[in-house]
Amino acid sequence: MENLVQDLAVLMPELVLAGSILVLMMYGAFRGDRSTMEISALAVLAILIAGVIVVFQPGTGGLAFHGLVRIDAFTDFMKVLVLAGAALSILMSARFLREERIERFEFPLLVLFATLGMSLMIVANDLISLYVALELQSLALYVLAAFHRDSARSSEAGLKYFVLGSLSSGLLLYGGSLVYGFTGATEFGGIAAVLASDGASIGLIIGLVFMMAGLVFKVSAVPFHMWTPDVYEGSPTPVTAFFAAAPKLAAMALLLRVLLEAFPAVTTQWQQVIIFVSIASMALGAFAAIGQTNIKRLMAYSSIANVGHMLVGLAPGTAKGVEGVLIYLAIYLAMTVGTFVCILAMRRPEGRVESINDLSGLARTQPLLALSLLILMFSLAGIPPLAGFFGKFYVYMAAVEAGLWPLAIIGILTTVVGAYYYIRIVLIIYNGEPAGAFEQPMPSELRLILAGTAAFNVFFVVLASSIIPAAGLAARALVN
Amino acid sequence: MTDWPILTLVTFLPLAGALFIAFIQQETEVANRNARLVALYTTVINLCLALYLWSLFDPANPDFQFVEDVGWLGGNIDYRMGVDGISILFVVLTALLMPACILASWESITERVKDYMIAFLVLETLMIGVFCALDLVLFYLFFEGGLIPMFIIIGVWGGKRRVYATYKFFLYTLLGSVLMLLAILAMYVDAGTTDIRALLDHRFPPEMQTWLWLAFFASFAVKMPMWPVHTWLPDAHVEAPTAGSVILAGILLKMGGYGFLRFSIPMFPLASVDFAPLVYSLSIVAIIYTSLVALAQEDIKKLIAYSSVAHMGFVTMGIFTVTRQGIDGAIVQMISHGLVSGALFLCVGVIYDRMHTREIAAYGGLAKRMPLYAAAFMVFTMANVGLPGTSGFVGEFLTLLAAFQVNTFVAIFATTGVILSATYALTLYRRVIFGTLDKPDLQSIMDLNPREIAVLLPLLVLTVAMGFYPAPVLEVTGAAVNNLIHDHAAALATTATLGAGGN
Repeated sequence: MENLVQDLAVLMPELVLAGSILVLMMYGAFRGDRSTMEISALAVLAILIAGVIVVFQPGTGGLAFHGLVRIDAFTDFMKVLVLAGAALSILMSARFLREERIERFEFPLLVLFATLGMSLMIVANDLISLYVALELQSLALYVLAAFHRDSARSSEAGLKYFVLGSLSSGLLLYGGSLVYGFTGATEFGGIAAVLASDGASIGLIIGLVFMMAGLVFKVSAVPFHMWTPDVYEGSPTPVTAFFAAAPKLAAMALLLRVLLEAFPAVTTQWQQVIIFVSIASMALGAFAAIGQTNIKRLMAYSSIANVGHMLVGLAPGTAKGVEGVLIYLAIYLAMTVGTFVCILAMRRPEGRVESINDLSGLARTQPLLALSLLILMFSLAGIPPLAGFFGKFYVYMAAVEAGLWPLAIIGILTTVVGAYYYIRIVLIIYNGEPAGAFEQPMPSELRLILAGTAAFNVFFVVLASSIIPAAGLAARALVN
Repeated sequence: MTDWPILTLVTFLPLAGALFIAFIQQETEVANRNARLVALYTTVINLCLALYLWSLFDPANPDFQFVEDVGWLGGNIDYRMGVDGISILFVVLTALLMPACILASWESITERVKDYMIAFLVLETLMIGVFCALDLVLFYLFFEGGLIPMFIIIGVWGGKRRVYATYKFFLYTLLGSVLMLLAILAMYVDAGTTDIRALLDHRFPPEMQTWLWLAFFASFAVKMPMWPVHTWLPDAHVEAPTAGSVILAGILLKMGGYGFLRFSIPMFPLASVDFAPLVYSLSIVAIIYTSLVALAQEDIKKLIAYSSVAHMGFVTMGIFTVTRQGIDGAIVQMISHGLVSGALFLCVGVIYDRMHTREIAAYGGLAKRMPLYAAAFMVFTMANVGLPGTSGFVGEFLTLLAAFQVNTFVAIFATTGVILSATYALTLYRRVIFGTLDKPDLQSIMDLNPREIAVLLPLLVLTVAMGFYPAPVLEVTGAAVNNLIHDHAAALATTATLGAGGN
């Protein structure tokens, strides 16, 4: 009994989320769709409470539920990021739903469900809990992608995501079963112990590759990226923002944990795969984005490229590399959320627009929005002194330290190609003939988020000294 | 010595000015005027501060002075600032050209004046930061960060083909720089610090030096620019607004030369010796080929841009001789070129503001209507040619002298460049200033106004003064350059003994 209380205390943030979901669902069922705004606000509050618990949780509980979950500095760091992404997405969506007449109280609840899933993914320390958490998250996301159910594009996005996502879950599950079959363990620590003593058999390697295929799908890296542009384009914009921000981070955390906690003994095996996936993602993300005219599609390719750069930090399998990935993820969150706020602001009286050319001459009509986009685009391009540079700086430092020169050189060269399409947007904003102003004023919550993320990108150079040590601590909790 | 952070102040004062301008509301004529005035005051105060810095500087001390060292990213990557005899002159040069740039844009920029002034002030911060940074990562931050405001300046206030020029400028420079970033990371991994002072004493393994040198070369050669990666420069110059060209030619190009002096030569001495023939060859090609290309230009700005590439050829040649004359000459040449090419672009700006064309053929006989202008333009043209008595002569002569000691052929080829530069510069002068004033729209052209005189006169005085008495410049650089050469020789000697011991 005492054990159970301790275990439950470890999962306190998740329990808060789960409890709020149940309460808010009942509330919504009685009040109906007009309570969406309230439920959104309460959902954000629940996430905030969960976040506070994560930060101030007494001590690091370590393992709980017989090794099914594990919390440490790494899971805390990732949870804070994911919760922040989720809370911001709900904030961004409230007004959007009303404008698009799809205001249903299920929306914030589904985001909460997904958030709960992601939070559990991050703490999962066992193949079973991993799979359950992943599916909880994925099912909520499939519905969210199709949330605009009267729109053909949104339904298509949801269906595509569902079919391909199920396939990848199947791959993951199959890989997990092989790993269990060849090691006799489902707990990460147990798998690692068996591998360390017995070495890797060919069957286990096959299982590992299947599992990686499933996880690579979730982070949308090449060659399992095909769903990303379609889903990003088709989903309602706040959902896209949520996709780009939170689940990607959670999946990346999962990938890090599986590879570095369960399979550190076969680093040389998975390293090749990661290097290939990384290079392919960076190259495809950079080149395929050039021809895009829809800004949401462009952001999809940009996210593929960014994932490629993050994997550069994973490839060495060192604490330094993980630290780089974590810093990158934090910065990526700020860049992505900021950019999607700008996309949300692209609304004319006649309706929403998503073409890059609609941004033309924005600097004349809305100078502050233009300036924010300029900052975000240069940050995404990785130009110092903006935050995006530091993300790349640390992952490449790890790659260089590990002597992965081909990866580092190809990766850094693709950033130049990537810079082309980011600066193209800046030029269109600052140079083109004004295409007409967007609806003004921007809702205050959007302005606040945009100002916050833009400021984060500018002042990271000063904030770095407080964020980087936290990432370092988290990384050393994962890899020692 | 002072204990207040004067370098941080010199670097970030313009940023404070930019912030101030950002708070000016509205887009009225009064607001524009205020923005111009704030920018002018900020840059002038910063110039005074830079001159004060120079007066405090101890030329006999070869080490870094006014050093600041504050924790930053951790892991031995810190906020470190400091100047020595090589860098301080560039700080002063930057601070000197900025007020000229602001004044030159006084009337020619009428749209989005606020944004323009902010971009220039931010650019000044980043440029001064490049020369003050004593930490490799900090240096890279400033070095690369300068791309953003320059990108905006060309991309928004540029000429007709500005979009093309902006892409070319940005992507060329970025491509070179990212390779340097990898090299910086490799140096950090090898040495465990990015403190430039520590790295100057760190001996990198010979094979690694080769790769590091090449990576830094990729960046600095583009920035310089050296043949054959110079093609972004003429486009950028032609499309940039006048002040943008001045900064580009006056300061940004010098970052390449500064980088060679600060990093390539002292940190990778073996590779520098190995690659010196390559640099000589590229320099000679730059000097001769781009001079010939300049001869064929019909656009005044393009001509001056190509002549810049040729002059930078002398700089790279001088630097890689690693002799006292060569490096002194290269520094003088860079300072002089900063003044002269900046002034030449300002001169082009003067007539461009009046006629809105840069075609050489559209002008002729300006001497009759614009005597003052003709006189100023002549001095700068002569300095561009390298006539004795102007600053251009000192630099070219010293670099040629050094090249002659090291390799006679290099000197012979390079000297032909002097003749060629006389050909294109004098041809330009003849076609624009002399001849008959028969173009109808030139009949009413006005001579320099007081504002333009205020911009050009200080540059003119400095150009001539440096030509007759370059001692103040050479005095400042002396100790640091001696130190550099001495360390370079010592590094080569230890490696030679190590190699001999190994055999």
